[in-house]
Amino acid sequence: MHALQQVLHAFFNLHSFTLALPDVWAGFQVNLKMMVIAEALVLVFALALAIVRGLPGPTAKPLRVLAIAYTDFFRGTPIIIVAFFVGFGLPGLQLGFISNLSFVTYGVITLTLVYTAYVTEVYRAGIESVHASQRAAARSLGLSYWQAMRYIVIPQAVRRVIPPLLNDFIGLQKDTSIVYVIGVTEAASLAQQFSTTNGDFPSYLVAATFFILITIPLARFTDHLVAVRERRERAQAF
Amino acid sequence: MNATVDDNDAGVRNAAFVDVRGVSKWFGDLQVLNRVDVDVSEHNVVCLIGASGSGKSTLLRCLNMLEQVQEGEIIVDGQLLTHGKVDVNAVRKKIGIVFQAYNLFPHMTVLENVTLAPRKARGIDRQEAESRARLLLRRIGLEAKADEFPDRLSGGQQQRVAIVRALAMEPKLMLLDEITSALDPQLVSEVLQLVRELAESGMTMIVATHEMGFAREVADKVCFLDAGRILEEGPPEQILSEPREPRTREFLSRVLEAEKLA
Repeated sequence: MHALQQVLHAFFNLHSFTLALPDVWAGFQVNLKMMVIAEALVLVFALALAIVRGLPGPTAKPLRVLAIAYTDFFRGTPIIIVAFFVGFGLPGLQLGFISNLSFVTYGVITLTLVYTAYVTEVYRAGIESVHASQRAAARSLGLSYWQAMRYIVIPQAVRRVIPPLLNDFIGLQKDTSIVYVIGVTEAASLAQQFSTTNGDFPSYLVAATFFILITIPLARFTDHLVAVRERRERAQAF
Repeated sequence: MNATVDDNDAGVRNAAFVDVRGVSKWFGDLQVLNRVDVDVSEHNVVCLIGASGSGKSTLLRCLNMLEQVQEGEIIVDGQLLTHGKVDVNAVRKKIGIVFQAYNLFPHMTVLENVTLAPRKARGIDRQEAESRARLLLRRIGLEAKADEFPDRLSGGQQQRVAIVRALAMEPKLMLLDEITSALDPQLVSEVLQLVRELAESGMTMIVATHEMGFAREVADKVCFLDAGRILEEGPPEQILSEPREPRTREFLSRVLEAEKLA
């Protein structure tokens, strides 16, 4: 019984929870900022990379190879190592402004590099799932390769990949706390500071709560989109 | 040797609007077209008949440059398509193709399907493109469906929209690739009626079809394809009633058999 009380006190002490709220909330705003910026950048870069990977013809081969090398490297490398490369490596290079960015900016760069690799694959799967006959129909009407991509292939591809894409964004949102290892002051790091000072752990619960509160709606929204699509596809089958 | 054929040259060589000469094509080891010769005069309708896999679709796709031929040459409207630098998009603007599976764009309304290519490939402004599209849709009795998405239309309606989508580019040649094969029997006639009207309006067409009655009615010439070769060609009455080749007779009797069963 004593042990249980100890656990409850260490993790679920309401007083300590309330005390930690303002600090951790201040940190979480940094997480939110990184999420929004990184997600916007990832959406654009990943689509560009996916298009490059699908370019036809031998002349585009070097570009395709580069795109593949990029996704292989950043999907295969643990995000914490990418964070070290960016957060410690770039400042160490002494390359003018690139070496003098804020911790938060390095954090955003890290997240963008890694998640662009994941989301590229998501987009690519979407682009490949659009049947070749759609492209043939577009080209046969005299539309150019790029017009067929722009008006026919990509709009259909993006619609199909929204659920897996949101799934990756849930991962990105949580990983905004990993970049605290390169010195970003955010929810997890402030929770840790609070915990060390106070000698208990409710501050972690505060941080966790914030993350969960933004993840759950996104997860439910994703479920909803999947359900809607399934219903539509079933309706079409008849 | 010049890689291109100018109008004068083509005029001397052949007056045909479409001139296919000795075209061969392979998919890997499989030869799908074997020294095919076809010519089509302007305002004429040529029907391609033959079993599935005989090369009808491939020939049409080569004419639209969706496939490349490895041997022979194709000339359409005086322009050589098979050698040298060819502006593929420019060629396709004057050659419309309609596929068996309609291939409408599912994320666009009927009106958007019909106006996309005129707007983007020909640079016609939206208002102009839409009023022309509505006119075409009215002609086929589908003006009321202009703002619907394709999945709300029947197969026959979708295929008619696909034809109109190709017509909106004001092509000089239409290629129809078994456009009724995916349709329920009761929807076939509405599509054929539209093609009939096109033929009457003088549209030059090459039609791959399994509808022998239709071929007899609209075709100026019927070509029977067998294993990638044109085995026999001639006026529809002759090919369909008194074929010379045993393979043609065999094919026709099988088709008739199937029609009786249907």
